[in-house]
Amino acid sequence: MLDPASERDEIADVLCVDGRIEAVGAELDGRGAEIFDAEGQWVAPGFVDLHCHLREPGQEYKEDIASGGRAAVAGGFTTVACMANTDPVNDDPATTDFILDRARNDSPARVYPVAAATKGLEGKVMTEMSALLNAGAVAFSDDGRTIMDSGVMRRVLEYSRLVDVPIIVHCEDRTLVGDGVLNEGAISTRLGLPGNPAIAEEVHVSRDIKLAELTGARLHVAHVSTAGGVEEVRRARERGISVTAEVTPHHLTLTDEAALGYDTSTKVAPPLRSAADVAACRAGLVDGSIDAIATDHAPHAQHEKEQQFTEAPHGMLGFETAAAVSLDLVRRAELSPLEWVRRLSLNPARILRRPGGSLVPGEPADVVVIDPEKRWVYDTAKGHSKSRNSPWAGQELTGRVTATFVEGKLVFHVDRGVLAP
Amino acid sequence: MKHRDLLGMEDLERADIERILETANHMREVGERDVKKVPTLRGRTVVNLFFEASTRTRASFEIAGKRLSADVVNFSPSSSSLKKSESILDTARTLDAMDPDCVIVRHSVAGVPKCIADVLSAPVINAGDGAHEHPTQALLDMLTVQQEKGRIDGLTVTIVGDIAHSRVARSNIYGFRRMGAEVRVAAPPTMIPADVETLGVKAYTSLREALEGADVVMALRIQNERLVGSWFPSVREYSATFGLDRARLRFAKDDAIVMHPGPVNRGVELSHELTDDRSSVILDQVRNGVAIRMAVLYLFAGRQRGRAAAEETRP
Ligand SMILES: [Zn+2]
Repeated sequence: MLDPASERDEIADVLCVDGRIEAVGAELDGRGAEIFDAEGQWVAPGFVDLHCHLREPGQEYKEDIASGGRAAVAGGFTTVACMANTDPVNDDPATTDFILDRARNDSPARVYPVAAATKGLEGKVMTEMSALLNAGAVAFSDDGRTIMDSGVMRRVLEYSRLVDVPIIVHCEDRTLVGDGVLNEGAISTRLGLPGNPAIAEEVHVSRDIKLAELTGARLHVAHVSTAGGVEEVRRARERGISVTAEVTPHHLTLTDEAALGYDTSTKVAPPLRSAADVAACRAGLVDGSIDAIATDHAPHAQHEKEQQFTEAPHGMLGFETAAAVSLDLVRRAELSPLEWVRRLSLNPARILRRPGGSLVPGEPADVVVIDPEKRWVYDTAKGHSKSRNSPWAGQELTGRVTATFVEGKLVFHVDRGVLAP
Repeated sequence: MKHRDLLGMEDLERADIERILETANHMREVGERDVKKVPTLRGRTVVNLFFEASTRTRASFEIAGKRLSADVVNFSPSSSSLKKSESILDTARTLDAMDPDCVIVRHSVAGVPKCIADVLSAPVINAGDGAHEHPTQALLDMLTVQQEKGRIDGLTVTIVGDIAHSRVARSNIYGFRRMGAEVRVAAPPTMIPADVETLGVKAYTSLREALEGADVVMALRIQNERLVGSWFPSVREYSATFGLDRARLRFAKDDAIVMHPGPVNRGVELSHELTDDRSSVILDQVRNGVAIRMAVLYLFAGRQRGRAAAEETRP
């Protein structure tokens, strides 16, 4: 049993009653209860994903809330926060409402909508944050449509103090990105593809941190990918600025060399970086400069990813591989199992100031069971997402989520598949 | 040949390059005959799959194919006519169903020939992909240098121009280095790609230093109008700083030769007088282009008789 909230790493039983954690301890009295035997495995609070794309409404051919929710629980995520770049954009309470309604009926995972920070993600007019918050939005973000206008960004951050939720930022200065499609460096030069320089992220993280300091808003830096970006966040936290950050499993484990065969499943924003950047991201996650692991699960249809590298859309699947891929940090003894769980569950829940991420009695009984040694082949055709864009497709991975419970209900079992709704 | 496809000079061993150059020397003799045709590839189908227009390269491959008696089919799907729902790979799969013996691919984006080769049964020849590679251009450049200098090993080759956006530069860097030459690149700093030294070259922003002691000077074409203004200030400024003329060529060795992949923007990359100077080998490059492409087709397309025949011979 691994519970970062109570700092417990021990052999124990977990008792759930009426969808909540009732008790945790050795040899609990389980009479009358349904028993799930997780002997030899890790039992942890369900993972909370701060960053994913569920594509509904509007792009259901890539993913919808039902398929995305199934993929989420198959990967151990009991709660996922979905970005606003749907069609229509989630920039008004009706759309937020629609997403929550769909989620209640179709998704085994809890869904938290992240609403747009500006209308239509256009970076001009801010959204009705308080109405969106009342409708159920948990944070605001224009994600990949980075707000380039510093004046607008300042007002967004300033106004967000009214609702006191995080503003999530995708930090890439679009003028420095230009038409870059992979990390600028030896690999982009070798492949003859336009490079996207690390400085595009670094200057933007720096700008947003300055604005967060000025406004006192809660800034959350999405998917940090560069050594410079990690360093900016680290220094800001040392200075007491309210900034949190996440990193994806792919930025923790893959370098731009993964693109050497022009495999478009490796095309993501921000791009896969150099080995030095990967090392810095890992170090940042370990020392706490980066709080959380978030997937940036971004499904795209096969015909879209089969375009030439410059045309193919950015993004890769994340839910079903996140645990196995990020366990690399545990295997290499950079993170203890407890600290690894903390970055996937408790820390992201705390950033959103929501319940979950904890096995303390009274918390929702969102639980994940992990077999850290299990070897398995990731077959995207048998995966739960509607899309298949993963660089790990067909590969053998180590470590697998074997069961997932949401509010005490078994929603995924490795042998039985997704069980609800 | 070690590989089924010719996707780039980066993949070729020295022995592969030597074999292609040697074969091209034989092919040149065919080009000097009265009847410039041999039956080597009779009954084979070679497809010119050009997504990006290029009259010169396409014509060169077409002539090469015809001199070897292959049936050459030109297939030029303009990128705009490709429906959004049809991917590049769909085009490749359609083509594969027609069972060609060799497919020559040109595309404005790096990597497309590789992706097409991954789904095709037939060998793929890269005829230029974005800023990645243009192997037959490098091979014909090397053949030209070999003829002029009698060797490649130990020479100093200076490539001048927009290295960042040039597939010709990359292919020549790999090829000449593999054959033992020293390669230098010279350009305004904005046109030298990131970490270029990882390709094994030395980068210069001083044309004079880059030319000192050079045996071969290769000027690249300034081709993309959209680069003017954002990558360098103007064509006039470029030619004033990196344009080659007789006076600047004096920094190189006395017997240095001048090359250009063509077509030359006279007065920009090369001065008028230098273009027509006896140090210029530009027309030899064009002539050698056909010989190199014949050699490449012979070595890659002639190897197996299509998929059907390959299956027949399988045990
Ligand atoms: Zn993003």
